[in-house]
Amino acid sequence: MSIVVKDVSKRFGSFQALNSINLEIPTGELVALLGPSGSGKTTLLRIIAGLENASSGSIYFQGEDATEKKIQERQVGFVFQHYALFRHMTVFDNVAFGLRVKPAKLRPSEAEIKEKVNQLLKLVQMDWLGNRYPSQLSGGQRQRIALARALAVEPKILLLDEPFGALDAKVRKELRRWIRQLHDAIHLTSIFVTHDQEEALEVADRIVVMNEGKIEQVGTPEEVYDNPASPFVYQFLGNVNLFRGRLDSGRIRIGTHEFATPNLEGLQEQSAIAYVRPYELAIERNSSETKSIKAIVSYIRAIGPVVRLELNRKDNGELIEAEISKERFNELKLASGDEVYVGLNNLKVFVEDYVI
Amino acid sequence: MIENHKERENIRTSESAWVRGLLIFLALLFVGVFLIVPLIAIFSQALEKGWGLYWQSLNEPDTLAAIKLTLLTAAIAVPLNLIFGIAAAWAVTKFDFVGKNVLLSLLDLPFAISPVISGLLYILLFGSRGWLEPVLSALNIKIIFATPGIVLVTILVTFPFIARELIPLMQAQGIEEEEAALVLGANGWQTFFKVTLPNIKWGLLYGVILCNARAMGDFGAVSVVSGRIRGLTNTIPLQVEILYNEYNFTAAFAVASLLALLGIVTLVVKSIVEYKQNNPQPAVREVVSRGVQDEYSC
Repeated sequence: MSIVVKDVSKRFGSFQALNSINLEIPTGELVALLGPSGSGKTTLLRIIAGLENASSGSIYFQGEDATEKKIQERQVGFVFQHYALFRHMTVFDNVAFGLRVKPAKLRPSEAEIKEKVNQLLKLVQMDWLGNRYPSQLSGGQRQRIALARALAVEPKILLLDEPFGALDAKVRKELRRWIRQLHDAIHLTSIFVTHDQEEALEVADRIVVMNEGKIEQVGTPEEVYDNPASPFVYQFLGNVNLFRGRLDSGRIRIGTHEFATPNLEGLQEQSAIAYVRPYELAIERNSSETKSIKAIVSYIRAIGPVVRLELNRKDNGELIEAEISKERFNELKLASGDEVYVGLNNLKVFVEDYVI
Repeated sequence: MIENHKERENIRTSESAWVRGLLIFLALLFVGVFLIVPLIAIFSQALEKGWGLYWQSLNEPDTLAAIKLTLLTAAIAVPLNLIFGIAAAWAVTKFDFVGKNVLLSLLDLPFAISPVISGLLYILLFGSRGWLEPVLSALNIKIIFATPGIVLVTILVTFPFIARELIPLMQAQGIEEEEAALVLGANGWQTFFKVTLPNIKWGLLYGVILCNARAMGDFGAVSVVSGRIRGLTNTIPLQVEILYNEYNFTAAFAVASLLALLGIVTLVVKSIVEYKQNNPQPAVREVVSRGVQDEYSC
């Protein structure tokens, strides 16, 4: 079922949690709402589920206005951040709950319920745990049971609030892969909320980056990572170096060097910030100051195939983070205190007004 | 369990043996002098002249009437406060509304004011010179010096017990489970009976026990509105006082022993409920560790 969010705003007292959100999610897609805490992502998810009312705006499911629909009629599956399993019920009863509360006419027989629940428990690989209570399960197990419970009522949409938030790193990674596989198997339109960019980039078909109640960018993981629409997106998705400079007639001047900025040609002279990812810096022993920025190596962390360097700019002492391959590192024979030249590849310039 | 005990004794912060012994002795002495001895006194006084007289003094018509009235009062007040307590706790913990803090403060009012004041309040409202007297006499309803008055003041003085017991419990549990039930298609009643009620049942029972003990044992408020008409408006505590004032010690202590028994039963049930509340599934710990192992093996 496709979802359309139209002009949705939400206020809590004087706090504007969501500011006129517009979003379209086609059927069968797995979408991540990504943003820092307080960006409004969970509020948006809860409004789609019907757990919260929007102050203004509407929600459409499959083209049909669902704004006034009651939560029970929306046919959404919701997985809560802390699972919200019914603590006094066994795992089996938890999963069966949604089927058992159906009105008598629609309610399947106890035998059908049993079959369905066992089938779901098998799907989440928990079929041997039916008689346990939630307090007897680990975090990852609870998460899967919460998912099975949400799927039992055959929802048209699956909503997950920080599904991996409360798990330790190892379980988290496993579950992440598993959820992706599950989605590929059942193709349910799904939205999950996360503040972890790595999680969003790895799992989602599309990412909605949110900040301060607004959508910053919507796109595939490649799009948002490679072509961030705003400085916020650039900074939120991965490490980045900032270089302050002056923008003038299509060029930006950083220190003693000028770089071309093809898409900002029309702008008048003003200050601007260039963003460069750590792995897009070219480290050289010999170069000239007009081509690159002079810096001193202050810290080296050479673990694994990628070597991370911390450099201090010679002119103003600002910190630069760089990542180079082990081969390149060995080639350069770098040591702490060495002077190097840093070339900027692929820099992305935003004028200062847009910078947060 | 034994290991656990040893560990605790090894803790450096533990006091030396004689300090502990002294503290335990003082506590026991205090409990003994102020609780156990009076309790024994009640039963020994009541049974001083044998079981026959004990039974006879309980079997007296006025006393039986007092017992009946007390039971009736509790039977009306406790269920009403049960409903009120759940409603108030539900409203306070699951919703945000204007006047929530006012409601919370009002809940504590019966705890804060003396029961005698509560009784006088009702006299002021329903008494022969009270504000509502014209209406009541026109409808020929008698509240003060009659059973309705006793029931009303009992409801007033006991109404915080259940709500106060439930509010912290329901606050701690949050509303996520209820939300989960709603998303899964449950309606309000199903959510309440299948999710909320099972989660609060022990706390609720605890509140009911305390509420019942107070409803049966209250003296101050009831004594103001009752009028102490023998055989008609006397509750058990009032009956005890009357018998005592008449130097009918055996009968007074015999009736008092009923309240003492109620107290003991309340304490026992309360301990059981507390135990149940704290240990819903005794075998949890062992299974959890197994569960975690399973998690990694799959």
